This record gives sequence, structure tokens and C-alpha cells, in this order.
Amino acid sequence: MQPLEGNQQRYTISIFTEDKVGLLSRITAIFTRRKINIDSLTVSETENRGISRFTVVIRTTPDRIGVIVRQIEKQVEVLKAFYYTDDQVVYQELALYKLPTEVFASSKAVEKILRDNHARVITIEPEFIVIEKTGHEEETTKLFNELKPYGVLSFVRSGRIAIAKPMKLLKVHLQELENISVF
Amino acid sequence: MRTLVQLDEAELNTAIHSQNQMGPPIIEKKGISGAEAVVLSLLAEGVECVFGYPGGAIMPVYDALYDYRDRLTHYLVRHEQGAAHAAQGYARVKRRAGVCMATSGPGATNLITGIADAMIDSTPIVCITGQVGKHLLGTDAFQETDVIGISMPITKWNYQVTRAEEIPEAIAKAFYIAQSGRPGPVLIDITKNAQTEIFDFQYRKCLKIRSYFPKRKVDMNAIQRAAELLNNAQRPFMLIGQGVVLSGAQAEVQEVAEKAGIPVASTLLGLSAMSVHHPQYVGYLGMHGNYGPNVLTNQCDVLFAVGMRFDDRVTGRLDCYAKQAKVIHIDIDPAEIDKNVKTEVAIIADAKEALQALLPLLEVKRYPEWMARFREYNAIEYEKVISKDFAPNTPLPKMAEVVHLLSQKTKGKAIIATDVGQHQMMATRYYEFDEPYSNVTSGGLGTMGFCLPASIGAKIGRPDREVIAIIGDGGFQMTMQELGVIMQYHIPVKIIVMNNNYLGMVRQWQQLFFDRRYSNVDIQNPDFVKIAEAFGIPARRVEKREQLSQALDELLNSHSAYFLEVMVEKEDNVFPMVPAGTCIADIRLE
Ligand SMILES: Cc1ncc(C[n+]2csc(CCOP(=O)(O)OP(=O)(O)O)c2C)c(N)n1
Ligand SMILES: [Mg+2]
Repeated sequence: MQPLEGNQQRYTISIFTEDKVGLLSRITAIFTRRKINIDSLTVSETENRGISRFTVVIRTTPDRIGVIVRQIEKQVEVLKAFYYTDDQVVYQELALYKLPTEVFASSKAVEKILRDNHARVITIEPEFIVIEKTGHEEETTKLFNELKPYGVLSFVRSGRIAIAKPMKLLKVHLQELENISVF
Repeated sequence: MRTLVQLDEAELNTAIHSQNQMGPPIIEKKGISGAEAVVLSLLAEGVECVFGYPGGAIMPVYDALYDYRDRLTHYLVRHEQGAAHAAQGYARVKRRAGVCMATSGPGATNLITGIADAMIDSTPIVCITGQVGKHLLGTDAFQETDVIGISMPITKWNYQVTRAEEIPEAIAKAFYIAQSGRPGPVLIDITKNAQTEIFDFQYRKCLKIRSYFPKRKVDMNAIQRAAELLNNAQRPFMLIGQGVVLSGAQAEVQEVAEKAGIPVASTLLGLSAMSVHHPQYVGYLGMHGNYGPNVLTNQCDVLFAVGMRFDDRVTGRLDCYAKQAKVIHIDIDPAEIDKNVKTEVAIIADAKEALQALLPLLEVKRYPEWMARFREYNAIEYEKVISKDFAPNTPLPKMAEVVHLLSQKTKGKAIIATDVGQHQMMATRYYEFDEPYSNVTSGGLGTMGFCLPASIGAKIGRPDREVIAIIGDGGFQMTMQELGVIMQYHIPVKIIVMNNNYLGMVRQWQQLFFDRRYSNVDIQNPDFVKIAEAFGIPARRVEKREQLSQALDELLNSHSAYFLEVMVEKEDNVFPMVPAGTCIADIRLE
């Protein structure tokens, strides 16, 4: 994980938007313009048709995060954006590891590593196997480091997805905004 | 803890209604082309004129314009940048979106400077660009440019139309978005196939977009807290910006200032929102603003900012800006709150509505000593700067004299369009604005070349008012081809080029901060008078102070356009000055 500098914090930003072409650029431009590196970005449709969720992880200072999130919300097709520190969200990442099949045949060690790390094998082919692990970045990295000596052919990790802890519904937020607005 | 969110499918589906709320149909026509639909949509929005330039990818729309030329006037600019600036000038004085049009590729990219200018200065313009046919998108076709991508960071919203049926709703949204909330530029890119497809047209105005909350109701709690701060203040100070102009809150500013006895200063874009002759008006803020308002920003106890965004040209270094003051900030855009200056009370609302709510809660107050401070500082500025600017001992006139005389002759009632540079600062410092909606300038972007086309748009928007363009010799050469528009459509704009034979503002910085190393600011000019005359515009050059008054009379009495070149003092400097990145309190008088 990228180290934090000065009084930086890691923030997970959840952005609910219309599912429209070009919004990704509009949103990423808000970060790039301020020279903020996006550590992780996931875009997915929500269970609600036509509404997308962006989950963005960045590092910035507490006095800048509000300004940035308000710039995101200002975009016409953004419904609402929220930001959280790590303790305010339940989050996960998914990692896949490709290893030569023979490492299983030659030793029991890999099997033990998988068991200890709560990882699982999702595919076995004659030449390679694919292992899956969900967890925080430190956990998927730890597994990678442990598997490295056995010859990891390929390693890929998803962006962070996150669910916020508090219970207030998006709909309630939108209703509140609606109530204080005039059109 | 901050409130967080959880999605619940059933509830969301019932909560989040359809994306756009549209009004009843106001125009219908069956079996028309997308191109005709573009024109009818503009007419449905009450558009009277369009600034543009044709080309391959927008030809169907131009063909449709031909049928409607009695109802929709198209002004053929000489460069698309001019179209965007003309739309801006029109929008500023007409208080509604200006429209510009261009073809794909180079036509569209030529609009970009104007769009960026409109974005940073919150000017509502609707730009319509042609695009290659849908099947050619992404193939590097002739004159294909990713205009949506290029314009994304400098538009409030943009959208690519690839089917004729999308046209009415896209244009309805464009006008709604451009003109509501904090206004801004919007771009609609229309592929050629969408212009030629035939469909049944129906126009409905856009009333609401579910993801867009342009304006908030006035929060009475915040108003209450603001009133308390102001009622208990010892040295309150009101700063007004373009938000006041955009919301039409000039009368409310005046009432609040009069009732609560608060001194008022204006940013560059707020100028003309309050008459300079009003007793509560104390001057102009910012890098080349007045001495008193700048210095006393750091002595007030309550800073009341209305429709302004604490631009760095106003604040100077932030860590020494108004640190002693409690800040009340009225702005329609939530993203402006706490962006540069931390507020005590934020009022996210339209300036006019917020001030109307505030007014009854304010106590009648007078601050004779505090007001006197402004006068003291202004007296110092008068002695050290202004008196010398007005009555110099230089052989050539100074810009300040020209503006001062013009101001007297027009009684502060003209619309003044300015370009960017020393003449802009001199014009905005010394024109004694006495009528609202009179200041058309490029503030946030500082775009040289803005003035001439913007003044054309302003004159078309307000033919009943005198429109005077004040331009530098450098900036004039950036868009002087637009004299062609003045010629072709007989637009009686009055043009004054202040010729110091320098890129004066840059030369001033080189003098003050780069040891007088004048690098590439010495500009060799053509014979401007001959150029104007070549465009059929009566023109004159003034080389002596004695000729000035009579030449200005000639300019003002002319029924047609008129071009006046004034040879001004070459190495004049604009003071006061807050050097970039310093504290406003360190403002220099020389
Ligand atoms: C398009 C553009 N290019 C460069 C600049 C930088 N710039 C600011 S003022 C200025 C000089 C303007 O010279 P002129 O138009 O003669 O006006 P003066 O300052 O002499 O009144 C320049 C080059 C700018 N603002 N805009
Ligand atoms: Mg010059």
C-alpha cells in the first residue's frame, strides 16, 4: 500500500452517478487536475438500473477531502458522493494468483500456505492453477510474498470495493437534498 | 461520525424517479430532420441569434438555418474563438445563454478558449458542434476530434448526440443546465447522421434533472447566524462578486449596505453591481484594486462575501488574508464554501434570495469611524496614485486619463468591454460604473482577444446601450479579424485601442520583478487605423493629449461603429499592486 505522507489520510470515496458515457473522465479529472494519484478505482452498476457506483481510494489531507468531494458532487450527473476513512467502511479486494500446477505435486507447502491464508483454488488446468483470495491489500500481498518462491506466473488484484457502516440510505440523502433545493 | 450510505434495492427504485423531468410539449413537427430540430429547439428556447462558422460536419444545420433566417439571425464570425466570446458578451449583458456553433475538428477546437473562459467566469453559453457520422467515430475520420473529451474539464456539462431523436431533450437540458444554479458553458456535439435523420419532433423544456441540485432554499438558521454576526460587528465589510450580477441582487446589496451601514467593495467581475457613487461603496478589490478595500480586509471583524469565490487575485497569500475576521459566505455553489477561505457561516443560496431573507433581520447601524478609514486610505491612494494618473506630466496621454474622460463623457452609463492587460486594469479602476450589467471582461482566465468579439455580442444583446471596447495593442491583434463582423452586420461598437506599443502588463512585471529585462514585450504594430478603415470603419488616431477630448466626442457621437487608436504613455505602470503571492496588506503604491 502506498505510504501516507505528512497529515495525509487514506479515504474511500463512494460516488453514485447516472450511468453515462464520459463520467469516468469527468470524475478522474477532478483528481488528476490536483495531481492526486488514484490508488484504486472500481466502477460497477448498482442493483439499481441506471445508477453506477464509483469506489475510489486516494490519499489526501483532511482539509482537502471535503473540497474534492464537493467538486465531484458538483458534476451534473453525480447523484451523491461520500467519503470515509478506513474505519468507517467494510472493504475488500480480490486477488488472483496463477502458479504452475507442478508446485502442488512437488510439495505440501503451497497447500499449507493456502489453508493458512484462507485462499482457495478456483481452477486447475494441466499446466497451471488459479488461486483466489479476498481480503485487504496487506493480506493479498502477504499471500503473494509467500507464494513467490514457488513461481507466481501472474498476480492480479482488483480495486477496493466498500460498504459503509452507518445505515442512512442513499434515498434519504437524496430526499434531504431534494427538500432543501429549488428547481 | 459522518453519515454513510447503504443501498436497498426496493427502496431505491421507488425513491429515485425518472432521470429528467420535462415540461409539456411546446413545439411539435412531424417528419423533420435532426438539423431542423436543432433550429426549432433553439427557437423554442427563445434564442434570437447564433454566433458561428460553418463546415462539413455541421452543414445540415446550416442548411436548416437558411429556412429560418427570418427568425434566427446567424452572425458569421471570422474565427470560432470569436463566436464563443461573442456568445459570452451577449450572455453577460442579456442575462441569458448565448449560443455559438462550429463544425467538427478545428471548428470545435477553436471554440475551446472561449469555453474555458466561460467556465471560469460562470457564463452561460450553449455550444453546438458538428461531428462526423456515428459510423466514423473513433476512426480518425476527416475532421474528427474527440470534442467531448477535450471540452470535458471546461464544460459544466457536455453530451454527444448520435441519433436525431435525442436532439430536443439534449438541447433542453443544455439550456437548463447552462442557465440554472451557477451558470456555465455546455457543449452538444451532434454527429452528422443525427442531423440528417428524419423523425417526429416534439420540444419540451427541461424542468429538473434528478442528479442535479442547482439551487438551494435559503437556510434561515444560517441567515439568523449571519444576522447575529453582522448586528454585533464593529467593523463589518461586504465583498460583492459576479454572483450578485448573475442573480440580479444589486438592489438587495444596496439595501443591506444602507440599512446595516456596511461598506461594500467589489471584485473585478462584480463591478457595476453597485454604483461607484453610492456612499457605501468603497472600491475595487484585488491585485490592482483600491488601497483601502485591500488593506482594510485585514482589519475588518466580519467579512461578508456575497457571490464571490475568493480568487487568488483578490486574496493574495491566503495565510495572511483576513485571518482576524469571521467570514460569512453566500454562494450558490456548495463547492465554493471553504475552498479557499474558511467560513464561520455558509449560506448556500442564490444571492438575491439570501439577501432578501437577511435584510429584515439586520439592525440599522452606522460605522462612521470605520467608513472614515476607507476614505483615509482612498485619500492616500488619490494623492500617491490617482492624481498622478489623471494629470501626468508625460508627453503622451496615460490610459487612466482616457478612461477618466470617457467615464465623464458617458456619465458612467456605457457598457465597457475590456481585454486583458494594463488597459483592462485602468479601465476597471477608473470607469465610474453607474449602471448595472456594464462590465464585460475576462476575469478568471484573463483571455487576451476576448474583448472585441465579446463587445460585438454585448452590442447585439443590448443594442439600446452604448458599448465601448477598450483593448490593448497586443490583445487587439489576437482577434482583430472580428472587425469583419462589425463591417458585415453594421454593429455600432465603439472601439478604443490603447496603444503603448508594448505587451504592457508583462512589461510591467518584467520591470518590477525581472530587473527591467524586457524580453519579447516590444511589439511592432501595424497601422491600426488603416486596418479599421479597410473594414469600412471610421477610424482615427490620437497622438496628443489636446486631441483626446474631441476624438472621444467623435467616437461617442458616431452612429456607426468607430475605431479610435490612442497612443499612450509607453512605460506606464498600474498601481496599487499586490504582487502575486504576497499579502494584501503589503499592497504597493509605487
Ligand atoms: C491569450 C493570452 N496570452 C498571453 C497572456 C499574458 N498576458 C497578460 S497581459 C499581456 C499583455 C497585454 O498586452 P496589450 O494587449 O498590449 O495590453 P496592455 O497591457 O499593454 O494594456 C499578456 C501577454 C494572456 N493574458 N492571454
Ligand atoms: Mg499594450
